Amino acid sequence: MPELSNSPLTPEQITANFCEIEPPLPMAEALFEAHRCLYCYDAPCTQACPTHINVPSFIKKIASGNLTGSARVILDANPIGSTCSRVCPVDVLCEGACVEKTLMEQPIQIARLQRYAMDHVISKQIDVFKAGAANGKSVGIIGSGPAGLSCATYLARLGYAVTIYERRAKAGGLGTYGMAEYKMTQQDSADEVAMIERLGVQFRLSCEVGRDVTFADLEAAHDAVFIGVGLGATNKLGIPGEELAGVYDALEFIEHVKTRDWANVPLAKSVAVIGAGNTAIDAVTQAKRLGAEKVMLIYRRTQPEMSAYEYEYELAKQDAVEFHWQTTPLEILANMDGSRVAALRCVQTELQEGKLTNVAGSEFNLPVEMVIKATGQQKQRGFLATIPGLRLDQSGRAVVNPATMQTDTPKYFAGGDCVNGGAEAVDAAQHGKHAAMGIHQFLTGETITLAGA
Amino acid sequence: MADLSVNFAGIQSPNPFWLASAPPTNMGSMVERAFDAGWGGAVWKTLGEPIVNVSSRLAAMDYGTQRMMGLNNIELITDRPLDVNLKEIRACKRKYPKHALIISLMVESKREAWQEIAKKVEDTGADGFELNFGCPHGMSERGMGAAMGQVPEYTCMVTEWVKEATNLPVIVKLTPNITAINYPARAAVKGGADALSLINTINSVIGVDLDTMIPYPNVNGMAAHGGYCGPAVKPIALNMVSELARDPEVNIPISGIGGIATWRDAAEFLLLGATTVQVCTAVMHYGYRIVEDLIDGLSNYLDEKGYASVNDIIGQSVHRVTDWGNLDLKYKTVARIDHSKCVNCNLCHIACEDGAHQCIHFTDVNGKQFPIVDEAECVGCNLCHLVCPAPGCISMVRVDDGSQTMSWREMTGQPA
Ligand SMILES: Cc1cc2nc3c(=O)[nH]c(=O)nc-3n(C[C@H](O)[C@H](O)[C@H](O)COP(=O)(O)OP(=O)(O)OC[C@H]3O[C@@H](n4cnc5c(N)ncnc54)[C@H](O)[C@@H]3O)c2cc1C
Ligand SMILES: Cc1cc2nc3c(=O)[nH]c(=O)nc-3n(C[C@H](O)[C@H](O)[C@H](O)COP(=O)(O)O)c2cc1C
Ligand code: SF4
Ligand code: SF4
Ligand code: SF4
Repeated sequence: MPELSNSPLTPEQITANFCEIEPPLPMAEALFEAHRCLYCYDAPCTQACPTHINVPSFIKKIASGNLTGSARVILDANPIGSTCSRVCPVDVLCEGACVEKTLMEQPIQIARLQRYAMDHVISKQIDVFKAGAANGKSVGIIGSGPAGLSCATYLARLGYAVTIYERRAKAGGLGTYGMAEYKMTQQDSADEVAMIERLGVQFRLSCEVGRDVTFADLEAAHDAVFIGVGLGATNKLGIPGEELAGVYDALEFIEHVKTRDWANVPLAKSVAVIGAGNTAIDAVTQAKRLGAEKVMLIYRRTQPEMSAYEYEYELAKQDAVEFHWQTTPLEILANMDGSRVAALRCVQTELQEGKLTNVAGSEFNLPVEMVIKATGQQKQRGFLATIPGLRLDQSGRAVVNPATMQTDTPKYFAGGDCVNGGAEAVDAAQHGKHAAMGIHQFLTGETITLAGA
Repeated sequence: MADLSVNFAGIQSPNPFWLASAPPTNMGSMVERAFDAGWGGAVWKTLGEPIVNVSSRLAAMDYGTQRMMGLNNIELITDRPLDVNLKEIRACKRKYPKHALIISLMVESKREAWQEIAKKVEDTGADGFELNFGCPHGMSERGMGAAMGQVPEYTCMVTEWVKEATNLPVIVKLTPNITAINYPARAAVKGGADALSLINTINSVIGVDLDTMIPYPNVNGMAAHGGYCGPAVKPIALNMVSELARDPEVNIPISGIGGIATWRDAAEFLLLGATTVQVCTAVMHYGYRIVEDLIDGLSNYLDEKGYASVNDIIGQSVHRVTDWGNLDLKYKTVARIDHSKCVNCNLCHIACEDGAHQCIHFTDVNGKQFPIVDEAECVGCNLCHLVCPAPGCISMVRVDDGSQTMSWREMTGQPA
């Protein structure tokens, strides 16, 4: 792979390109913004936040100079409030609903204020919550992504002994391995994980359930199990040439970026990214920031049909990405000696009687040195199917009771991407919260309502 | 453009905007710059026996992101030698003959002291005097300032002394640190005052530094109460001005002071009976340049209202102020919400729920929840209208037909 790394940029330039797109608010700006918030009652922003953080409450605490209290309000409803403050698609969530957006076309910068409060407690290692008095019960959690971390935090606060099993070497799930580097670094994720570790949650890293430990082991060790395994590898394109050198899975590419080992991140002069979801945008923008000269986004449908958020698309446009709409790749073509990718054979598409169809005779070759597949992640069907009695829906998602997140196998609860098929970190956090409530009820019979449930 | 010039107790002024006696009128060069900027008059920083000031001496009250909603000071009168001030006053008046130059005075409670300084000042050619009976800190501990203004007999006595010594108009500046403003005002009238000015600053402690636990402003670990002014005090000043404007025993011109920062503030003082207004804090905050919009805004207002002269609006609202007992108990308004303007902050709901009469509920409008007023329960208090951030969204609508009126006085048979 390193032989591909031919960025014309210096490491310093690349680092500069990957600086945060939403830098922390300076104090004066945070105070100004906090004072601008109207302190709405039954606030629209809170309703729009999937974890229902009491936004006016945490913002007014920033205004009053009570930053620790502010962070407590955030973390009470969202244990990964630090991650969320950096990665939430706020235009379609809290900030999209803010009344100041209606009044002034300028919503309160809720996420950046959230980050302001979170940075305060994380940088000073102020732990706003403590582990509850041990209740003698134990819960095992598979996966340390947003769903698992959220569930673990609530259970630890309730007095459970919690162990997270994580197959990767670092905890955090896609928070650590997937978030666009200009939104959030691995250090940010590690700091958040450390806060949860200080709550007494045990992390067993590089430990894959089903390989390093069995379900029988888990069932013997724990009173209940939460499954937060997320999604799997990127879907196959199913076209010839997919195995050629120079063809990458978007997640694999982004993981490389997130090591910040710029010299060893795979890159070519021209890069084609296939797909038009948020991950595809993350891939094109990061390829561009690494220094690729020409970055193309290949999508078989039209621009309005792309699933990426409007502001993500804007970002890609600003980064001078070339868009090829209504274009389907047919084959990845190799160079002369067959060693690596040299072009993408494509065909134009059009809608015929509502059906996406290839336009006959419109085939063309797009010269390209690197191809990144961003065509969605596979479901964890294989893994989930190994749990006896666990019911999956047709697309391979775990089926749960939405109030308790309990699966059809009573001891097992599930949440996050493996249940919703892939959404946002904040949705996974909310699943983790509901699962903690469900597990607590299952093990003690007591019904509790956690903040923002 | 409307005529802004006024005659205040015989003192001509090109406009009603004067600088109050305070740091902005400390010395000749400052007053001259102020006149150049457009100020119609200035009340010179209070003259008296030279004093020594402390450092620091100001502290402020911020509200949200607004700096200096209120200002607190423990500064004393001028700290410059009398002869230097007199020399500059003379030069300034010669250079600006058409502007109003009033000299504020405060000396110990002795006839000779007041009369001597009054004569010296009269000799400079200044247009009049303002007797500072209002400074609430420091000077009052020495039997001056508010210590005078708080005892009507002293107010009357000192006014008489100064009137004996001079033919120039004498303005008595009142302290608000009293229970009823009418008594010192009437005493000043009795003593022969030609006009009144109010308010001076209000006793205050502005706050405490939560780290050091030392109140502000910190003078080597200690603090003293100071005088409060700035936008926050405007309503208090407006009340006191209107009280005097409608007091038949106080029939002399009033110079309104306290929290004036814009032409709107000034117009309110004029409507409630002030002939001129004086400004301190707003100038300390933004500089002399604010007078440009004071003049521009007021003259546009007069033009739009169709008045040829500022004198036409002076006191126009005085007869609209009455005692509570005369208010019409039959007049009835209710709040009405325009859902097309509502942004769903729900502040009206919670304000009415926890701070008023629990009459704002929710209703479904095209699948969205909107607040709605139960008009039968609404008492017309205005609270929701005051908290609503959406312009024009909540209006107070009159619901009685106006055919009947009844005041508390009428209802209970009390004499008017
Ligand atoms: C490229 C990309 C960018 C994204 N950007 C954003 C964004 O900007 N904002 C946003 O809100 N969301 C974003 N998302 C979505 C977000 O990352 C997910 O919704 C969220 O991480 C889901 O959390 P989770 O806990 O369900 O799963 P994951 O984060 O995927 O975590 C699952 C964890 O389980 C572990 N695991 C799996 N199987 C096993 C096993 N057998 N044993 C032990 N451990 C196991 C995995 O290693 C992983 O750590 C992005 C997703 C991708 C792919
Ligand atoms: C720092 C400072 C010093 C003042 N000094 C005097 C003074 O020497 N004599 C006086 O009559 N009033 C003095 N005042 C009061 C002002 O003249 C004025 O009455 C008061 O500030 C209210 O007006 P404002 O709200 O526009 O500031 C002083 C006010 C301040 C802030
Ligand atoms: S968690 Fe995300 S959606 Fe919720 S308030 Fe914070 S930034 Fe907004
Ligand atoms: S909607 Fe906007 S203004 Fe209202 S509480 Fe939320 S952040 Fe503040
Ligand atoms: S205060 Fe105004 S904008 Fe807010 S909910 Fe009430 S009517 Fe609507």
